[in-house]
Amino acid sequence: MAVEPFRTLTAKTKVIAVDNVDTDQIIPARFLTTTASDGLGRCAFHDWRFDEGGTRLPTDPFGADDMADTPILVAGANFGCGSSREHAPWALRDFGFRAVISSDIADIFKSNALKNGLLAVEVGQDVHAHLLQNGGCTLTLDLEQRVLTLDTGERIAFEVEAFARRCLLDGVDTLGYLLGQQEAIRAYEEARQ
Amino acid sequence: MPETLLDKLWTRHLVQAESTEAPAILFIDLHLIHEVTSPQAFDVLASRDLAVRRPDLTFGTLDHSTPTLPANETGRLPYVTPEAEEQVNKLISNCAKYGIELAGMGDARRGIVHVIGPELGLTQPGKTIVCGDSHTSTHGAFGALAFGIGTTEVGHVLATQCLLQRKPKAMRVRFSGALGPGVGAKDMALAVIAEIGADGGQGYAIEFAGPAVEALSMEGRMTLCNMSIEAGARFGMVAPDETTFDWVKGRPHAPSGDAWDAAVADWRTLTSDAGAHFDREVTIDASRIQPMVTYGVSPDAAAPVGASVPAATTKSAEAARAYMRMADDTALQDVRVNRVFVGSCTNSRISDLRAAADILRGRKVADGVVMLVVPGSEAVRKQAEDEGLDAVFIAAGAEWREPGCSMCIAMNGDAGAPGDLVVSTSNRNFMGRQGKGVRTVLASPATAAASAVVGRIADPRDFIQQEAV
Repeated sequence: MAVEPFRTLTAKTKVIAVDNVDTDQIIPARFLTTTASDGLGRCAFHDWRFDEGGTRLPTDPFGADDMADTPILVAGANFGCGSSREHAPWALRDFGFRAVISSDIADIFKSNALKNGLLAVEVGQDVHAHLLQNGGCTLTLDLEQRVLTLDTGERIAFEVEAFARRCLLDGVDTLGYLLGQQEAIRAYEEARQ
Repeated sequence: MPETLLDKLWTRHLVQAESTEAPAILFIDLHLIHEVTSPQAFDVLASRDLAVRRPDLTFGTLDHSTPTLPANETGRLPYVTPEAEEQVNKLISNCAKYGIELAGMGDARRGIVHVIGPELGLTQPGKTIVCGDSHTSTHGAFGALAFGIGTTEVGHVLATQCLLQRKPKAMRVRFSGALGPGVGAKDMALAVIAEIGADGGQGYAIEFAGPAVEALSMEGRMTLCNMSIEAGARFGMVAPDETTFDWVKGRPHAPSGDAWDAAVADWRTLTSDAGAHFDREVTIDASRIQPMVTYGVSPDAAAPVGASVPAATTKSAEAARAYMRMADDTALQDVRVNRVFVGSCTNSRISDLRAAADILRGRKVADGVVMLVVPGSEAVRKQAEDEGLDAVFIAAGAEWREPGCSMCIAMNGDAGAPGDLVVSTSNRNFMGRQGKGVRTVLASPATAAASAVVGRIADPRDFIQQEAV
């Protein structure tokens, strides 16, 4: 299915200054018995937000049920490490996040995020340190230009895999693209036999 | 141009090479599926009225959400929630609908996906192997290009048998020398992760090489490749050799007769050429590796069992010490243990169970310690029971369970209680991974068994030396 296109986003950040935020933090495994992919926002960072009975913890670093006002998540190094569960970006999107920025983002999580309209951006150490120290600042992510504009006005170039970028910009249906390669796939299968 | 093993595996599977604009289209030889990461992918197929392109290259099992306690007197399995049972039933119905072979409940082939693929001979050198599970790197132990994928990609493979992928960079980790007694593949894995960091392998495929890797059994190589993802690498691999061929030969899905000879001749070419370029090379002296345990909430927080907890140098490390209730300078062998788990796709194979049983034989699990032993598959269970290992575990006071992922991911109800310290042969020590508030210490099966006996984190070599006297 085509995802909602992503072109530019000007919004505030939410900072989680913790390294190695793994997919079990993003969505604990006990929620993975679902057979759906929607409505997982309440499961996002569940055990950081709620106690056993579902009451909000006083230490909840998010403090709200929807991150729509701070849809850019800035996190410590190695964000999204661990499992391949696509439930992680599903939960973050449903929680209101539209982008995640870190110094490095785990390979499988990044791949999954980009397929679900969650822009994953890696920045250098200096920019990362600045963002971690300035929670709530307003940034602009311009995917067309691949430029991140900081609250200071400084413009930082970032990389996004070219095909994933095109899919996000234009809402390209990746499965449709692959299905369009049937001839080549058939030729490969025949050559291998 | 000399080529790496990665180069060779990659080139063989190119339906279309990558360009600046588009990733490569990679053909997938084996797609393993399980109940947790497949239902939404099947829903996409159904909504678009698509068939599974190659059900013959797809194989399903049930492992993550399944109970490890047997059925009750009415024949009902004790699923943790109705939702878990529904998820299992959904895979059963999807496999029936699309003509996919499934090792379902009661099937002698069932088990953890990364245990049964190799057991059945589905996993072979030279194949591309994917699964909606990050520990798919396990299968790279056979010289396969094996990697974990998300559910969207599971849908892509179901519908087209292909994936869009950028080629990873190549890293070689060489283990020189030989392992000492009581030290195994799990200790090698934790040592390399501690060396390069939990993100040190990001963007890379790791080829494990060197004499200490060549000396490993296939089970050991699987353990090593399994943990690649804990260093951030989606791919781990070992070049196939006689050990590999001997292990694969005669398995149900392995080639036979002339096809076997032709396959082996081909598989022998799957090595990195002399002079092939690696983007990064790491060398580790295997003779210096000690039994390793973790003390933090990331697998790179690993140290020799005889060490103390190092001083925290970051806020994240301080938070990890607080969660683990391990102050700086705590001697790891002073840490009290509540539970021990032997199992998971990392360490639930027959050699793992033998290593644990060798220490438990004639001994008792310490008072106050609960120990679970969960075989990786029905085949491992049968083999262990034929060897009397189940009796050893039960006599020691451990629980002998049905095959499954169990306490590794703790989504089937097998979990610790808040605050429990679990010495676990699994792969992740993340906060809450084995139950809310549970503290996980990763270790080898031998170290886990030794810790169960002592009731604190323990060095398995103390038991081996005792026997040698």
